[in-house]
Amino acid sequence: MSEEKYLLEVEHLKQYFPVKEGFSKVPLKAVDDVSFAIKPGETLGLVGESGCGKTTVGRTLLRLYQPTAGRITFDGEVLFDSEKKIDVDMQLYRKKMQMVFQDPYSSLDPRMTVEDIIGEPLDVHKLYSSKAERRDKILSLMETVGLNAEHAMRYAHEFSGGQRQRIGIARALAVNPKFIVCDEPVSALDVSIQAQVVNMFEELQEKLGIAYLFIAHDLLVVRHISDRIAVMYLGHIMEIADSDELNENPIHPYTHSLLSAVPIPDPNIARQSKRIILEGDVPSPLKMPSGCPFRTRCPYAQEDCAKVMPALKEVSPGHSVACHHIEDISRIKKGVLLN
Amino acid sequence: MENKEVKKSFLSAQVDLSKFNAGNFEKATDDEKRQQDVMGESTTFLKDGLRRLRKNPLAMGSIVVLVAIILVILVAPHIVPYSYDEVITVNGQRDKTMTNLSFMCYSDKELAYMEETGEDLFPHIFGTDGLGRDYFIRVIYGTRVSLAVGIVAAIMVVLIGIVYGSVAGYFGGKVDLIMMRIVDIIYSLPDMLIIILMSVVLKEVLQGKLVGTVLDRLGTNMISMFIVFGLLYWVSMARLIRGQILTIKNNEYVLAAKCIGTSNRKILTSHILPNCLSVIIITTALQIPSAIFTESYLSFLGLGVSIPLSSLGSLANDARAGMQSYPARLVIPAVIICLIVLALNLLGDGLRDAFDTKLD
Repeated sequence: MSEEKYLLEVEHLKQYFPVKEGFSKVPLKAVDDVSFAIKPGETLGLVGESGCGKTTVGRTLLRLYQPTAGRITFDGEVLFDSEKKIDVDMQLYRKKMQMVFQDPYSSLDPRMTVEDIIGEPLDVHKLYSSKAERRDKILSLMETVGLNAEHAMRYAHEFSGGQRQRIGIARALAVNPKFIVCDEPVSALDVSIQAQVVNMFEELQEKLGIAYLFIAHDLLVVRHISDRIAVMYLGHIMEIADSDELNENPIHPYTHSLLSAVPIPDPNIARQSKRIILEGDVPSPLKMPSGCPFRTRCPYAQEDCAKVMPALKEVSPGHSVACHHIEDISRIKKGVLLN
Repeated sequence: MENKEVKKSFLSAQVDLSKFNAGNFEKATDDEKRQQDVMGESTTFLKDGLRRLRKNPLAMGSIVVLVAIILVILVAPHIVPYSYDEVITVNGQRDKTMTNLSFMCYSDKELAYMEETGEDLFPHIFGTDGLGRDYFIRVIYGTRVSLAVGIVAAIMVVLIGIVYGSVAGYFGGKVDLIMMRIVDIIYSLPDMLIIILMSVVLKEVLQGKLVGTVLDRLGTNMISMFIVFGLLYWVSMARLIRGQILTIKNNEYVLAAKCIGTSNRKILTSHILPNCLSVIIITTALQIPSAIFTESYLSFLGLGVSIPLSSLGSLANDARAGMQSYPARLVIPAVIICLIVLALNLLGDGLRDAFDTKLD
């Protein structure tokens, strides 16, 4: 499986933002040494709590931010390499990589009609030869995302949240991308609408073969849509595995606590299950703990955790974990289960 | 769980569907279905704002007053046969009784002339001034000059302010820092002093170079006032626009446009500026009265338009000498300044209420 060609490869991506502290500038390490890869037509879920750098990863991938270091390869072409000083003009790749935004209320220009919003990428990349063709394309895009053609001349504020998100998706689809970063596309929507939109993402993937990086903090949604899931904590990827594997056999203590926080619909089972509640707060990304960033809240932390940041290690095919004490933890876990 | 048959309570008002079969129901036709679609009229931002503006009686009243004033100053010079710099004569002869006439009065010679020929002379609506010039036409020209100065100065301020403010706000960082420090420096310069110094210098420099142009009639004082407006008064506008753009550029739709690959210039002109248009319109409306006011008090100080052209401020200044005997000559330009400034301020407020959706 790993022999397959990847659509997008990210290696050791770092994104630091300079933050003023008094007179000196301190780097805020929003994303620190993140590596992952996405195959064509695949969905990689990216989960983590607020402020862990999920959105930054997505935006840096699309080069909306200038990455501090690392290497991004898309479709066999190196887009950015800090060592070889490669920094490609993104204009060509904007047609292949797109983004769907979190907030459907602020991601659409209130002064533009739906037709103009969806038509903007067509205008920028000159994807039509006549006005009639532009209109046809817009109408067929609207149909794809389940919007009524009569809505073309309306303004964004006349739509509901779910419809607005569909407009945002149509805009991303307008350039026929191979890869879409979905930045928490459903977290601002009602649960019933979430299901509609998530299902639409899946249908579009089947029909058009688009790969997604699906960013969310809702593990249930991510589990539903993703082929693989990466768990982030404070700018690092802690664990990455196939969706089912991560669900059934989580290894990293942070993943454990995340999974235990997923609400269970059946109250009888919910009462029996034990929630792992992490102690303490998330450390400030300005004052990262030495070594493993999770050690301040990890129930299994030992002395050596403070020294070195653990690298991602493959424990089973396709399942990698960044932790020094994988064996100890699984032993303790088994002990708990035996008791 | 099996779907259990629930026994119907005899008090229940629910329709018992078991009594009906498929034959009892008729499918809705397409026409009937369409009746269910309730489509509100799609409104644009502009239509919506204008609708709200129309409901504001103060703003509508201001528009009426302004339109009336503009119509009068456009039409009146074509009807009134006198000129603003013309000393009234009868058959080429001056008349001592011609000066300081009261409302709608004629001089002795004019009366004699009318009696002799039976011809009706155009009345002096506001009388005449100390030199025997028709005061009504002088007020008309004064209003023209004042309004023109106000509008031109406001447009200049707005244009410079938009360009400067949007560049500083959009690019941010060091560009913003340097540009805004320049604004701070300009902000601290005393504007009156610079206008006075500038007009003195320009008088020397431009002596005789402008003969025959419109600028010559306005005089070097006015030119220096325009220059000073262009140099100094845009700073508050630039600050305002920059602030607006700083908030708007953080919206996700700007990021979405970047993600699409839209160029910086296009993002500025098609996404950011249209979204601060309401603020621009409103401040322009409020900028005009401030420019008119500046022009008026400069003219009042004797730094305004050059004689014989009048402006509302210079008319008031001239009338100061005869304030006790001919108070009307001071009151008329003062009232017109008040009307214009008040109407524009109220209109600006009305525009803000109608277009600034943040207040909703």
